[in-house]
Parts: sequence; C-alpha cells; structure tokens
Amino acid sequence: MPVEMSSRRSSRITDEEISELISKLQSLLPESRRRSMSRASAAKLLKETCSYIKSLHREVGDLSDRLSDLMSTMDSGSPQAEIIRSILRS
Amino acid sequence: MDSKSSACSSPNPNPTLGPSKLMLAFRFLRALSLVRRTTPASSRTCRGRRIERAAYASMAYTAGASRAWSRAVLRRLHHRARRRAVAPRRLSTTAGNRAEALRRLVPGGGGMDYCTLLEETADYIKCLSMQVELMQGIVDSASSYGP
Repeated sequence: MPVEMSSRRSSRITDEEISELISKLQSLLPESRRRSMSRASAAKLLKETCSYIKSLHREVGDLSDRLSDLMSTMDSGSPQAEIIRSILRS
Repeated sequence: MDSKSSACSSPNPNPTLGPSKLMLAFRFLRALSLVRRTTPASSRTCRGRRIERAAYASMAYTAGASRAWSRAVLRRLHHRARRRAVAPRRLSTTAGNRAEALRRLVPGGGGMDYCTLLEETADYIKCLSMQVELMQGIVDSASSYGP
C-alpha cells in the first residue's frame, strides 16, 4: 500500500513538473502566437512551439543572406561602397 | 581557434541567467569578419551559408558545454565534412517517441527524456531568438547608410 501511494505521488510530481515546463514554453512564444494558446492543450502548445522554432530557423537563414548581401555592398564596385568611400575621403 | 575551444570547455558560470548578449555579439561579429576575410565576394550563396553556420556556432559557444543542444550543434558543425546525407534517425525507444516533431527540431533532441527535452527546448528558443535579435540589429544598423 505505501509503495503504491509513493509511486502515485511521484507520478503526480512529474506531471506537475511537466505541465510547468510546458507553460514555460508557452511563455516563450511571441505575443502574436500566444493569443490563440490561452486554453490550449499540451499537444497544441508543443505543435505551436515546433512551428515557432521552424520560423526562427528560417529567420536565421534569411538574415544570413541579408548579411551576405550587405557584405557585397561593402566590396568594391557597388554605388553604396563608392558613397561610403567618398565620405571617408572627404 | 584556440580561444574558441577553451571557451567551449569552460562551464557556463551563469546557467540560470542564460548566455550573455554581449558575449554572443562579440563572438558573432568576430565570426562575421572572419567570413568576410576568407570568403570570395563572388560566392554570395556560399557566404550566406557560412554566415548561417557562424550564427549557430556563436550561439552554441555562448551557451556553453552545459547544454545538450549546444553540444549537439557543435558536434554537427565539426563533423560537417565527414557527414553523409541526412538519413531519418530511428528514435531510441528508451527515450520514447513523445513529441517526435520537437525532437527533430531541437539539436540532440533524439536521445533525451521528455523532461530534459522540454528544458532544452526552452533554452534553445531563448538563444535562437537572441541570435535572431542580434542579426536583425546588425542588418538594421548596417542598412542605415542606404538611400
């Protein structure tokens, strides 16, 4: 009997711990994504978290391309580089 | 290269406070200037991909070796040359297949128990969004010279 009770108690603690971790993930979602998640199930929150991570991965990729483009404007030949160089010369 | 490996092996002194934004900025900007010096201007796509890898490397080094996701990122980056095409991994049955999609998105997620996966996900998201914020900030300030 005591063994049964302690195992029930420990599984309750783990469930609480897990739901705490899931609400923490909910709090990390940006405002725009959190709106529809107020009464969402754990499964729905995890799905939204996955979608959010994918969009962050995409953003890193897009911003990397933009940084590469900006590096190109710093190289010789581009009109922006000429402008910067003429400013530095004066 | 030396400073990078020693930074990786020293434990993160503030595991609960999360990585420092300043450290992240320093690492990433240093990596950016290295990419600029070593990548020919003609290969724009190649440079974009190198910048992307520099982003994940800076994130992982700043998070430190105490995180499973950062260790997984660095393993992936360092073994890039030797990797075969990515094959779908069979998830370990001891870790369970709960949150399968999430395990595929978080680096190192396949071998973790459910609880650890949720913790690692939270830290990974914090670091990812910090990295995105940093890159956006650099793009914004560099673009301010435009017409």
